[in-house]
Amino acid sequence: MKIIDTKFESQTVTNNMESTRLDFPILKLKVNNKPLVYLDSAASSQMPQVVIDRLSYYHTAQHANINRGVHYLSETATAAYNAARCKLQQFVNAKEDREIIFTSGTTDAINLVMHGYGRKFIKAGDEIILSTLEHHSNIVPWQMLAEETGAKIRVIPINDAGELLIDEYEKLFNKRTKFVSLIHVSNSLGSINPIKSVIAFAHTHGVPVLIDGAQAAPHMSIDVQDLDCDFYAFSAHKLCGPTGVGVLYGKEELLESMQPFKGGGDMIATVSFEKTTYNTIPHKFEAGTPPIAAAIGFGTAIDYLSTLGLDEIHAYETDLLNYATEQIKQIPGVHIIGTAADKTAILSFVIDGIHPHDIGTLLNQDGIAIRTGHHCTQPVMQRFQIPATSRASFAFYNNKTEVDALVAGIHAVKQVFS
Amino acid sequence: MNAKSLYQEVILDHNRKPRNYGTLDDASHQAVGHNPLCGDRLDITLNLNDEHIDKIAFHGESCAICKASASMMTAAVKGKTYAYAETMIKEFRDMATGKLNLDNPHHLGRLTVFSGIQDLPTRVKCAILPWHTLHAALNSVAGASTEAEHDPANASTV
Ligand SMILES: Cc1ncc(COP(=O)(O)O)c(C=O)c1O
Repeated sequence: MKIIDTKFESQTVTNNMESTRLDFPILKLKVNNKPLVYLDSAASSQMPQVVIDRLSYYHTAQHANINRGVHYLSETATAAYNAARCKLQQFVNAKEDREIIFTSGTTDAINLVMHGYGRKFIKAGDEIILSTLEHHSNIVPWQMLAEETGAKIRVIPINDAGELLIDEYEKLFNKRTKFVSLIHVSNSLGSINPIKSVIAFAHTHGVPVLIDGAQAAPHMSIDVQDLDCDFYAFSAHKLCGPTGVGVLYGKEELLESMQPFKGGGDMIATVSFEKTTYNTIPHKFEAGTPPIAAAIGFGTAIDYLSTLGLDEIHAYETDLLNYATEQIKQIPGVHIIGTAADKTAILSFVIDGIHPHDIGTLLNQDGIAIRTGHHCTQPVMQRFQIPATSRASFAFYNNKTEVDALVAGIHAVKQVFS
Repeated sequence: MNAKSLYQEVILDHNRKPRNYGTLDDASHQAVGHNPLCGDRLDITLNLNDEHIDKIAFHGESCAICKASASMMTAAVKGKTYAYAETMIKEFRDMATGKLNLDNPHHLGRLTVFSGIQDLPTRVKCAILPWHTLHAALNSVAGASTEAEHDPANASTV
């Protein structure tokens, strides 16, 4: 299926990373009378004007329910929604567009696999491998499944730098191993896991692998066929898109073998009180009216990022990370948590004697937005024996002036506490 | 008030030299408070003697706002009656959420430095946690008797 989304003319976007920030109206804000320094893109990234305009255009001239109307608006909205699916297919290089399922986000995508695959194929005594680095959204669903079925959870440990211990991973495998669910990039430490070899090893044991790509897809190019992952999940709101939508990529044959997650309209072929038959994929997993506007906006965000180039984004952000790491590690009393050799632009740190929440509140006085807390990764915090960290996360629209502002802000925080 | 002046006024003193920091071995009442959002935790132990708070101590893992609030709170309620402490708890909660008119008579004294916290909505919980925990500690005897009613051993008599 190839439908071109012709009605909306994208604005031309700049190709120079330094000037991309001009595409983001929110970055012109002042907070507490200071220019906003937004260093929380790992939580949610900002939307460029083209995405905001696309959402506005949809609501102004295209809004209707999809897949059911024969009228103009419904056909238009359906075509735009399907076009977004094709953009996502190309973005991760999936073989078929029906392997792309729109979910409400990464959490929803993981829960879909837990219900659709896990509850059907995982039984008492079976083992599921996770890692210490997981976000709670890739722990809790599997714990729920383990509780329900009597399956067991095994955990890949990490070293002091925040890197997976691959030897330990390989030792976890046995005849009962039935599933691996692993984070691609740690949201609290930035570590990039060597997922390609991890997946290949699991496959030698015939075990399928789900990758939580929430923090990877925004920062590097993803090729699901090259990775050979069985499932890959990510969220639009971390990819310069709107909230409320995300993607589950799944290999066609796996998706076909799974049971539906939610029941309702659109996911059925026929319904009677005696028997209901299910629709084909991806519709089998998209019950009810999906987040149509958000999915279309997501497609535009993908166009925007692809124009910039994910490899270029990765190189620019790595340079920014190196610059920030050099500056911050020189500040006395500041310790960086997460020093993996291979990292995305996430910088978690603690300061001796100062609680992260106090750091966050004081930096906010200078217009600097960082995240403080456990980042939904309490096992990582336990591993480093700390309650919380301060986390600055960078996107391609950040620059070195903002890193300098962060460094000055940290000095000012230390001053208050001195 | 801006956050920096709030920090400068309360932190200088109470964060670095918290009053009544520690645990009472012979406490008659105690409670543990949690802030699930940030993982902070605070223990309060106290001795209630003839309706008066004779001794009180706190310890735990928390941010500066929480620690300073706990330190000033323990200093303020020590020697006071149960009823007086409960009045202060209510007034402090109301002040932190912007519901107390400080122009009217109140019992908060120097604790009014925390009035600025109402402008930092994400931090209100940090300032209030010690007061919630004190309330729970003061009522831990009543709590114990309620528990007895729900004690499975007593269930058959109900
Ligand atoms: C690594 C990781 N996984 C999963 C999630 C959950 O994403 P969402 O809240 O969009 O479902 C996040 C976002 O916080 C994340 O960083």
